[in-house]
Amino acid sequence: MAPAVPRSGDAIFANVERVNAELFTLTYGAIVRQLLTDLEEVEEVNKQLDQMGYNIGIRLIDEFLAKSNVTRCVDFRETAEVIAKVGFKMFLGVTASVTNWDSEGTSCSLILEDNPLVDFVELPDTCQGLYYCNILSGVVRGALEMVSMKTEVTWVRDMLRGDDAFELQVKLLKQVPEEYPYKDDE
Amino acid sequence: MQFFGSSEISPSPPLPTASGNNAHMMYVFNRNGVCLLYREWNRPLRTLDSNQDHKLMFGLLFSLKSLTAKMDPSSVEKGNLGVPQLPGQGCSFHSFRTNTYKLSFMESPSGIKIILVTHPKASDLRESLKYIYNLYVEYVVKNPLYTPGTPIKKLLELGLDFTSKAFDVRVDVQISEAASAMLFCAQLIIDLLNLIWGEHYLISFYLEDKVRVVYTVELN
Repeated sequence: MAPAVPRSGDAIFANVERVNAELFTLTYGAIVRQLLTDLEEVEEVNKQLDQMGYNIGIRLIDEFLAKSNVTRCVDFRETAEVIAKVGFKMFLGVTASVTNWDSEGTSCSLILEDNPLVDFVELPDTCQGLYYCNILSGVVRGALEMVSMKTEVTWVRDMLRGDDAFELQVKLLKQVPEEYPYKDDE
Repeated sequence: MQFFGSSEISPSPPLPTASGNNAHMMYVFNRNGVCLLYREWNRPLRTLDSNQDHKLMFGLLFSLKSLTAKMDPSSVEKGNLGVPQLPGQGCSFHSFRTNTYKLSFMESPSGIKIILVTHPKASDLRESLKYIYNLYVEYVVKNPLYTPGTPIKKLLELGLDFTSKAFDVRVDVQISEAASAMLFCAQLIIDLLNLIWGEHYLISFYLEDKVRVVYTVELN
């Protein structure tokens, strides 16, 4: 039997159930607004968004793998390409591009021209330190951790702060090989 | 002892009837060896208690996977046997067959392992395993009350065993007759009716990928 061919992001996006984009944007905005009211500290909100994203990411990875039929990626370059082209397309409906590879191939940037989370959003002066889309960095970190890659994901450029695009830097810290979980003497 | 050409010595199990179950057992493990789900439909002999049985199964597959990857004649670089595998090396082991059963295996890159033990004459079950993985995603991963890494079981005190029962229903459709799955659905609805008072509930069941049956349960 021929091995399953990985499906393109567009094909999967056409097949999954979709919700209204404005509903999604406004719901996310309401969540961030509520977090700001509850926690008040901008740093706390950033951390909480990252944690929420992490919890989403550890579950999202299974859905991604089930729907997209990707086989294991051979190296980090391929992983980043798959995230940008298939992953973002499948879940957010936009593709990202991958640039800025460092010399060892362990760090790259994902550039999002168009981000559905930030439609209609402006940051007021009181929240200037807020990373509004921090949930995305948590999602990428959580998902990669479930496929044995420990990463660090940070925002380099943020359109809400005046830059011209969204740039997410993904840095691979280490790959954790699978270990036999039981002790040998049992 | 088994000699070549003498398969009559150890009788093969009775052929499955047209409407019966083909599967004997199913296991789902996560990457840490926790058995998330164990279902048996036809298991005449139990030699170990369930804990040891799960460990044995997990260990067996872990070692087999490692062994088949190292023995792979088409891969370029191989570590020594016993060195833990880096992610990036695909799973080269799909199934093995003995005189009395066939064991089919699938592992996702996130470490979820699905194992089906069936009749030895069963055909290649990779599609079925992928289907089960999809069900796992739909009903277990997406359930907000489920904590990843724990066994799949009853989640609400009220007895709304929606997750694990729905999961069971889907598996039953795949493996046995659709008719008995419909009966199971009806039974589930009756159970829910007994539990929920005075509320409207919308329950949707997916029967096959394309047909979607939606039940509205309404009570006084």
